[in-house]
Amino acid sequence: MNTTAPGRERPRTTPAPAPPTAAAVSRRHTGHAAGRALLYLFLVLLTTAILLPFVWMAISSVKADRDVFTVPIEWVPKSYRWRNFTDIWKQIPLATYLGNSLLLSAVITFLQVLTGSFAAYGFAKVRFPGRDALFLGYIATIAVPWQAYMVPQYIIMDKLGLVNTRWSLILIQAFGAFGVFLMRQFYLTIPDEISEAARLDGLSEYGIWARIILPLSKPALASLALLTFVNTWNDYMGPFIYLTDNDLWTVQIGLRSFIGQYDAQYAMIMAGSVISVVPILVIFLLGQRYFVRGIATTGIKG
Amino acid sequence: MTTVTTRTAPAATRRRRRRNALIGWSFVLPNLLGFAALTLVPVAGTFVVAFTDWDSYSTPKWVGLANFRRMRHDDNFWTALQNTCWYAAGHIPLTLAASLGLAVLLNQKLRGVGILRTAFFFPYVTSLVAVAVVWNMLLSPDIGPVNQLLRHLGWSHPPGWTTSTDWSLPALIATSVWRDMGYYMVLFLAGLQTIPAELYEAARMDGAGPWARFRHVTMPGLRPTTFFVTVMLTISSFKVFDLVQVMTEGGPGRSTLVLSQLIFREGITHGRFGYSSAVSLALFVIVLAVTLAQFQIQRRSER
Repeated sequence: MNTTAPGRERPRTTPAPAPPTAAAVSRRHTGHAAGRALLYLFLVLLTTAILLPFVWMAISSVKADRDVFTVPIEWVPKSYRWRNFTDIWKQIPLATYLGNSLLLSAVITFLQVLTGSFAAYGFAKVRFPGRDALFLGYIATIAVPWQAYMVPQYIIMDKLGLVNTRWSLILIQAFGAFGVFLMRQFYLTIPDEISEAARLDGLSEYGIWARIILPLSKPALASLALLTFVNTWNDYMGPFIYLTDNDLWTVQIGLRSFIGQYDAQYAMIMAGSVISVVPILVIFLLGQRYFVRGIATTGIKG
Repeated sequence: MTTVTTRTAPAATRRRRRRNALIGWSFVLPNLLGFAALTLVPVAGTFVVAFTDWDSYSTPKWVGLANFRRMRHDDNFWTALQNTCWYAAGHIPLTLAASLGLAVLLNQKLRGVGILRTAFFFPYVTSLVAVAVVWNMLLSPDIGPVNQLLRHLGWSHPPGWTTSTDWSLPALIATSVWRDMGYYMVLFLAGLQTIPAELYEAARMDGAGPWARFRHVTMPGLRPTTFFVTVMLTISSFKVFDLVQVMTEGGPGRSTLVLSQLIFREGITHGRFGYSSAVSLALFVIVLAVTLAQFQIQRRSER
């Protein structure tokens, strides 16, 4: 197994090692080719196994209820029931749920990116007393389980009269530490000389943030935006605790309650699941490399 | 700008520092206001409320350690603690091994490796409710595809999974490993990129086979990443909620009741803020202790 191949992103600073002898190459080659084929086979099987639940979900969503659990499993349906995808809109207010999820995700993402990158500039590029202690406070809360302060948070929201409104979710998720942390990690990689030069040119710190740093940090902003959007879209516990009104429910809550009510409508439940996954699938496939970059940035400094 | 006090231009330095402080705080403030009000204050609140008898209808009174004494005699607490620990004991090592294995396999120059990485990452991005629904159906005891397969392979009475008190926790662990391994794989891949290729070349020159290279080059090179991933996995295991709530709601019986659910039930469902905060504090202390222990072990092994 060859573990030496450097990743594509790795900068090559050292010269390539001396080429091995022809005999060594051919010897390594035959062993190599067979090993590779096996490796490919293994990886493809593994990938299939990992994705099988999704395949099963997609196939089940166009079956009749009684065909979902057949012995043996029908991997190719005998008949396709596309009606599931139109009928489900009549059974639950899926459009409302999707709209609520979209609204919450968009607002929270916007605020998280805006205030997060703004604060991160303060933490990364401006020196002021108390800065490092404050940042430590930010980081420390990332490690505190949400469950440990969810009750006081709920009490505060309750006193403010914000329980069962969208404001509660927006407020608790839009000002999180995560965005500040991720953006600061990125800003630290931007050389100070750039802002120094802009300062000499007479730009204010706010001008530097808006006109120099923000344009430079597009990939990091995209990472943060995508991660926040997906997390908010998929969040279950937040809406579960704070939203009781059916009109305010997100897709996750709506879907869960649909399952509770219509236990045996397997195919319909699958259709609902597919509908809740498709927007994320599209976003994920479009912005895949930003996801990976965002996760790698927040993780690598550990 | 350093903290050295200059005597030559004190007024100018002081003015510049003041200006900087103002600018710095102005950047941080919009986020800080929301963050302080809704995260820092509640965190501090837990520490206070845990020592009161506050519930949703009475005025809070200081009761000292009463909530903690009650916790000691609360069956639900011990069950939840035990389940949480078992969950962590399964989830942490399995996810660690799976994500590390995947990362090493997928860190090679293979055609289509990007597609494979994306595939493994996808479960993490998908909505948890959809995942839970699908897995609950897949694991359905009589007619579910998983048990169909197991019977086919000769296991005549396969487990009841989420409907059985013995197998519900393993079923949750399996689902969570499937879901999380792609995420931690990305972290490991990032770590692998930092290991210089020359090290592998040198090891190969010395005649090291794949396993020796993995043990003596990859593992040491990944030590910071492995440590970070372990800490992250620990924190996330102890606070598991969504998956359990959606898949089993703590059942059957109390077989998958975890600490975060107890906190939620006591505090938000029953309005027993004081007791719920005490359990929160216990959870916090456990996570902190385990994490600090990990830091300690890490430091000792570096020496």
